Amino acid sequence: MKKVWAFIKGCFVLLRQGSKLYYSWLSFLLALIVIGVLAYSNQMYKGLITTAMRDQVSWGFYISNFTFMVGVAAAAVLLVIPAYVYQWKPIKEIAILGELVAVSAMVMCLLFVTVDLGRPDRFWHLIPKIGILNFPQSLLAWDVVVLNLYLVLNFSIAGYMLYSYYYKRQPNMKYVTPLLLFSIPAAISIHTVTAFLYNGLAARPFWNASILAPRFLASAFCSGPAGMILMFQVIRKWTKFKITDQAIFKIAELIAYAMFLNLFLLGAEVFKEYYSDTAHLAPMKYLYQGLEGHSDLVSYIWTATLFNITAFLLFLIPQTRENQVTLNIGCILIFVGVYIEKGMGLVIPGFVPDVLGDFYEYSPTGVEILVTLGIWATGLLIFTMLLRIAVPIMNGDFHVSEDGIHPHIGDDLFLVRRVEDVEEEGDLLTQ
Amino acid sequence: MSEKETRKSRIFRLSRRKTLKGLAAGLGAIALPKKNASAAVWESFFQKNFRELSRSEMMDVVSRLEKEYSTRYGKSVKVKTTPSLEGVLYGYGLDLSRCIGCRRCVYGCVSENNQSRDPQIHWIRVLRLSKERGVDLEHAEQYYNPANVPEEGHFYMPVQCQQCENAPCTKVCPVQATWKENDGIVVVDYNWCIGCRYCMAACPYGARHFNWKKPGLQAADVNPDTHYLGNRPRPVGVVEKCIFCMQRTREVEGKYPACVEVCPVGARKFGNLLDPESEIRFVIENKRVFILKEELNTQPKFYYFYSV
Repeated sequence: MKKVWAFIKGCFVLLRQGSKLYYSWLSFLLALIVIGVLAYSNQMYKGLITTAMRDQVSWGFYISNFTFMVGVAAAAVLLVIPAYVYQWKPIKEIAILGELVAVSAMVMCLLFVTVDLGRPDRFWHLIPKIGILNFPQSLLAWDVVVLNLYLVLNFSIAGYMLYSYYYKRQPNMKYVTPLLLFSIPAAISIHTVTAFLYNGLAARPFWNASILAPRFLASAFCSGPAGMILMFQVIRKWTKFKITDQAIFKIAELIAYAMFLNLFLLGAEVFKEYYSDTAHLAPMKYLYQGLEGHSDLVSYIWTATLFNITAFLLFLIPQTRENQVTLNIGCILIFVGVYIEKGMGLVIPGFVPDVLGDFYEYSPTGVEILVTLGIWATGLLIFTMLLRIAVPIMNGDFHVSEDGIHPHIGDDLFLVRRVEDVEEEGDLLTQ
Repeated sequence: MSEKETRKSRIFRLSRRKTLKGLAAGLGAIALPKKNASAAVWESFFQKNFRELSRSEMMDVVSRLEKEYSTRYGKSVKVKTTPSLEGVLYGYGLDLSRCIGCRRCVYGCVSENNQSRDPQIHWIRVLRLSKERGVDLEHAEQYYNPANVPEEGHFYMPVQCQQCENAPCTKVCPVQATWKENDGIVVVDYNWCIGCRYCMAACPYGARHFNWKKPGLQAADVNPDTHYLGNRPRPVGVVEKCIFCMQRTREVEGKYPACVEVCPVGARKFGNLLDPESEIRFVIENKRVFILKEELNTQPKFYYFYSV
């Protein structure tokens, strides 16, 4: 226990050290968080009337972001599977980053759900024994369970491994491997349960399609890894952490398969709705064509579709997949594309037209946007701090010193542009 | 419930009560400076789900609420907790061939049930449908506003909570803040609802409404005869819905909800489905009845019918 305490204390010492860039980045995020908190207190004070949500469209931007982030978190398995099931070294070296992404994304998910509550003061009603968790009846109860489980799971795996490396020991795989293997179905289950949350509502034909859960998973395996590739490039350019091109290209290849599935499933759904042309077509028509003069989402969804198809082609062709520029463009396109498709593009058409045929066109208010920015900043802040600890540990720059008590810190800058590394990468690319 | 189960649930409740008491004591201590004012706040914060309140706890809650409402509105407000009547299952009939779309039911409901006037919350929504298309919700119009109703070529269909036997809304609630009572009325515990609005997404009839801001209810408009699960003034951030005016219908057998009473053309029928002599049973047995969105298997106890 003393050792754990020493480790935690060491981490806090480390978190305070960093380059100017590290500090400005943290201050920038903190500023966004403060703005978000102010916007949220405004919402708390006046009620959810400050959002654009109304009885017709009772979920909006918050739940859209929540849904997207569950996908990002679930995508961590795309690193865990090659790393620990196939023992592929290039990815094994970076698998821990996937777990850290999952932890940060999970915190964001829980925050998004919390800010959406009308009575956040009653959150304790959800805690079993103290409150009443309507499990297994309510899918939202399932979601509460699996999301928290997934958060704890990833936090423990990453924490334990980092703790072991800090004390220069190999983690005991007898404990870690089962947890890692369990994290695979857990990741799939968080996204499946989130899909079922929508899927189970017969009142909303747009969601009430059995293809929804597979579509969720397919798009998650695009957006999460795409975000991770972008982050990896930042990490290897600005920190000492080495990530091989090989690992990145492998992830890009996996994205290509996932995007194919995603587009295929989308096509299957579009066909079914348009060809059978029943009353259930209305929400999809609203989304893709506009309905009775209501067309707020049309330009967004076509942007998303275009982005996803372009990115799919970029990732399918090995030459563009393994070119730094096109690879990054592809990642951005996918991240934005899926953000639209699995965010607002999924949630809003569930409510438009509403169950009695009323049209209420929703677009988020300033308060909703600021609160959302604040939560994104919180997620990035947590991720940065986790990296601040994990990266030096993985590099051997942060470990217990000879005396066995005090930490040794070999990297007091963390975020600095690494010129020589960039050249090395350039060499690798030309090879 | 078997004896074993009862015991188990009692132990469970006991431990929960202890936890809550401990928490309340701890947090109450923090709030000591303004003791009297904050006591009620903490009490309401730690209030249990309505269905888990013991008799004495329920009385405490009711007196706290009555005091709160009476002070706020400057008149004596009664909060009842009358349970379902034995052998009663409420059913509702709506005669589409009579309804003229005057919306008197909408506003009668608002004044009976203490809905927010600003913003306006309506438990009943009247749809204007074209006679050519029939019940085609995609082309329904809720915001019709002609000088006179009924309009040529149209008929009207009021929609409110259908009090489903197989209610999709109660199933999805993550904290069991909403449930179906023995008389078939689906209720919400406004002091337990966390405001996640999952039930609103689940309801196929748009019958659930959210308090997006603190309900705007003037003292002069308050109906002081209220029920805990029914028309008592609601807090901000919770869901509410039609409760068949239980503050009236559960008191005297045969008493009608406000919307039935106010309807000028007698399009609304209400009664006990278990009583073979009731009006609603007559309607079901003798008229052409249809169920809204029957294919969803929600099994409403709300029957639309055509008398002519």
